[in-house]
Amino acid sequence: MQFRTVAAVLPDGARSESEYSDTLLVHGNCAEFLMSETTTHEHDVLVIGAGGAGLRAAIEAAASGLRVGLICKSLLGKAHTVMAEGGVAAAMAHVDDRDSWRVHFADTMRGGQYLNNPRMAELHAREAPDRVRELESWGALFDRTPDGKILQRNFGGHRYPRLAHVGDRTGLEMIRTLQDHGIHQGIEVFMETTVVELLKHGDRVSGCVAYDRDRGRLHVFRAAAVVLATGGIGRAFRITSNSWEYTGDGQSLAYHAGADLLDMEFVQFHPTGMVWPPSVRGLLVTEGVRGEGGVLRNSEGKRFMFDDIPDNYKAQTADNEEEGWRYCQGDKDARRPPELLTRDHVARCIMREVKAGRGSPHGGVYLDIAWIKERVPNGQEHIKRKLPSMYHQFKELAGIDITQSAMEIGPTTHYIMGGVRVDAETQMSSVPGLFACGECAAGLHGANRLGGNSLSDLLVFGKRAGEFGAAYAKANGVPPLDSAAVQAAEKRILEPFERADSGESPYAIQKELQDFMQDLVGIVRRQDEIEAAVTKILALKKRAANVGVDGHREYNPGWHTALDLQHLLTVSEAIARAAALRQESRGGHFREDYPEKSKHWGSVNLTVRRGEDGNMVVQEQAVVAPNDDHKAIIAEMG
Amino acid sequence: MAKATFQIFRGDSAGGQLKEYSTEVGEGMVVLDCIHQIQAESAPDLAVRWNCKAGKCGSCSAEVNGRPKLMCMTRMADMPPDQPIVVEPLKAFPRLRDLVTDVSWNYSVKKKIGRFKPRKPDVADGTWRMQQDDIDRVQEFRKCIECFLCQDVCHVLRDHNKHEEFSGPRFLVYTAALEMHPLDTDDRIDSIKDEQGIGYCNITKCCTTVCPEGITITDNAIIPLKERVADRHYDPLMWILRKVGIADGEPSK
Repeated sequence: MQFRTVAAVLPDGARSESEYSDTLLVHGNCAEFLMSETTTHEHDVLVIGAGGAGLRAAIEAAASGLRVGLICKSLLGKAHTVMAEGGVAAAMAHVDDRDSWRVHFADTMRGGQYLNNPRMAELHAREAPDRVRELESWGALFDRTPDGKILQRNFGGHRYPRLAHVGDRTGLEMIRTLQDHGIHQGIEVFMETTVVELLKHGDRVSGCVAYDRDRGRLHVFRAAAVVLATGGIGRAFRITSNSWEYTGDGQSLAYHAGADLLDMEFVQFHPTGMVWPPSVRGLLVTEGVRGEGGVLRNSEGKRFMFDDIPDNYKAQTADNEEEGWRYCQGDKDARRPPELLTRDHVARCIMREVKAGRGSPHGGVYLDIAWIKERVPNGQEHIKRKLPSMYHQFKELAGIDITQSAMEIGPTTHYIMGGVRVDAETQMSSVPGLFACGECAAGLHGANRLGGNSLSDLLVFGKRAGEFGAAYAKANGVPPLDSAAVQAAEKRILEPFERADSGESPYAIQKELQDFMQDLVGIVRRQDEIEAAVTKILALKKRAANVGVDGHREYNPGWHTALDLQHLLTVSEAIARAAALRQESRGGHFREDYPEKSKHWGSVNLTVRRGEDGNMVVQEQAVVAPNDDHKAIIAEMG
Repeated sequence: MAKATFQIFRGDSAGGQLKEYSTEVGEGMVVLDCIHQIQAESAPDLAVRWNCKAGKCGSCSAEVNGRPKLMCMTRMADMPPDQPIVVEPLKAFPRLRDLVTDVSWNYSVKKKIGRFKPRKPDVADGTWRMQQDDIDRVQEFRKCIECFLCQDVCHVLRDHNKHEEFSGPRFLVYTAALEMHPLDTDDRIDSIKDEQGIGYCNITKCCTTVCPEGITITDNAIIPLKERVADRHYDPLMWILRKVGIADGEPSK
């Protein structure tokens, strides 16, 4: 395996088909750029993104004996999968033998409000157990049941204990297992390399153009099949639990290559992220705090969640504080407290309090677990024992002792259900040879994702994307390179340096985008606000085309930000335009002006594609119809 | 809001120097926030590696006032007031630019360590049975976020540059996790001695001190591995028995 790409400065005559250097002429004043070297690489399958989905895809593709390249935006093993805490959902029935793939399928469809692709939900539920067991054969050590099997825990929306886990660091265990297995599979890894544009040959994908961070050199990757596994879009919003890499690269690359996007209006806002101090704004506060009896209060000290309990949840929700507390203590006759209603609803109630002026000083509300000291003996130790990582997180980062004072929390952008539209079996997009899996693909989760279903998603569909990507590569071979397209992309990549003196700062544009996306296309949406956001995005696109970057090409964060802007603006426009069209409220998409679900909108997904004139087109498309078996399961359990 | 003064290393593999910056420090800020603020205000090309900003990915390792730290977990409130805060890149690895170092050596070391080789499944359906008690100590090692602070602080690498001969604490922890994995069948004892150079470690425990995950690196990982190496290669009784041909030299794992 090669870990760091080395600029191939080969003498004339030493150029091979697979690796040659190309002299690039750039119209600029800076002598440094006049002789830029571009390195070309060739693989059968190229995987972009090295989180759980990308690693799993690369491992599968390499198993077929093909040449596989894996591009990571960061160092290997640092991708966003490391942040996942709760667990991976798989109906192994180790803790409750009533569980089965059929129940998991029904739970996933209900959670997604039936906009999911039912075939994907079926494949996911059927194959997740094998994918989890496979990790164990590669060295993963999940927590155990008393009889020595993989332990499974309860989670929101899952009928039975279903999440295999390792304490609260399941994602780290998964990515490290895949990484440590993957490095022995002959995969060529390109660390800290960012893809800027996909290349095509006719209708087919033919590779991509990228740059490496450490030296700022350009790279052309030729491939027969390309698998996108780039994760989410959280950085389009001001407050997010996502890391800096999450700039919607895969969705944007696919869109500009002519692929369809799907369900882009469905963004999951997790109700409890930290809001203060600024250093940790958006950082996740686990649902477990509320499960242990934590309550939400506004600035007047009121438990506002009792004020708005949806009709369809009234029968199963406590109507007084005492009953809610008994539920948290394991009383099977008590109903759950309203703090444990669905994520989308809790998040909206928090926003309502903040908008009404009853928020905390930093724009959130209070999550109080300290109060349970009145109820449990030795309460301080009890809290520390039940919520060790939360205790640690607030102590270390906020200087707050959660056994003594309330946490300030608010909704945080967490996940996008939408993404690249793919075939359920093969994960191929509408562009031949271009595949997508994990968070950057759409279909499995519909309007809302259940906790635990993202880690299983990336294993099941990562494997499938690798498998079918390899099959496609074997059948079709590596297409020729369009050198004019390469040169145009290279020119565009380096242009910001030419405007070092005249151009606008990319940081300023990014910040502006994040601010208005948060305010206008966030958790509570309205027609006029969304439309205002679209107008602002179009204006920012013009300004983004004129950003300037000072300095050198080695590890220059200003330059990286400038290039990420295209992706951020593209996915932001897709989210806003789809959100403007869907005039109902469902799952992660809440419209203040259309607060109810509608029958019509329950029967269609929205696709986003680039029109012939280059403008973005959003269209309705009938949902994928469930087959008779799916219908029977939904009728029985949905 | 108070102003803080920073001295940040600016430069590359050819050299560089500390450069002074100042920025306003708000409540709750960590060193990485200040670096980002300085980037946005006055040094847009200041190179820094980071990812999750939550202490979970191990990307933003640097030396803050001479101590190896994750910048995202180092609070400004804990810094001595009225003194400039010195931020430098890790010293055990080649500098790339400013605060970013080339840590690729670590990845090549890991690749050379014998991979996980499980025993045959315990059950006909291809699965294994393990008790929680038997995996607790390996789970401790698997908390590692690969920030490489332990590598940076280790004098064998940092001061003596024994990168060719010594794999460093991180990879002794990695190897310990494999060796103590209940399912693993491989034998890495000889390579721990010869290729990983475990003898270089003289258990000063600096690695344990800097580990942000609180892994007891020296006591729980390195010393047990040293004992296994010693049992095989340095046990005088076994040495004599092997010499006279009574015992063969390969004790089973």
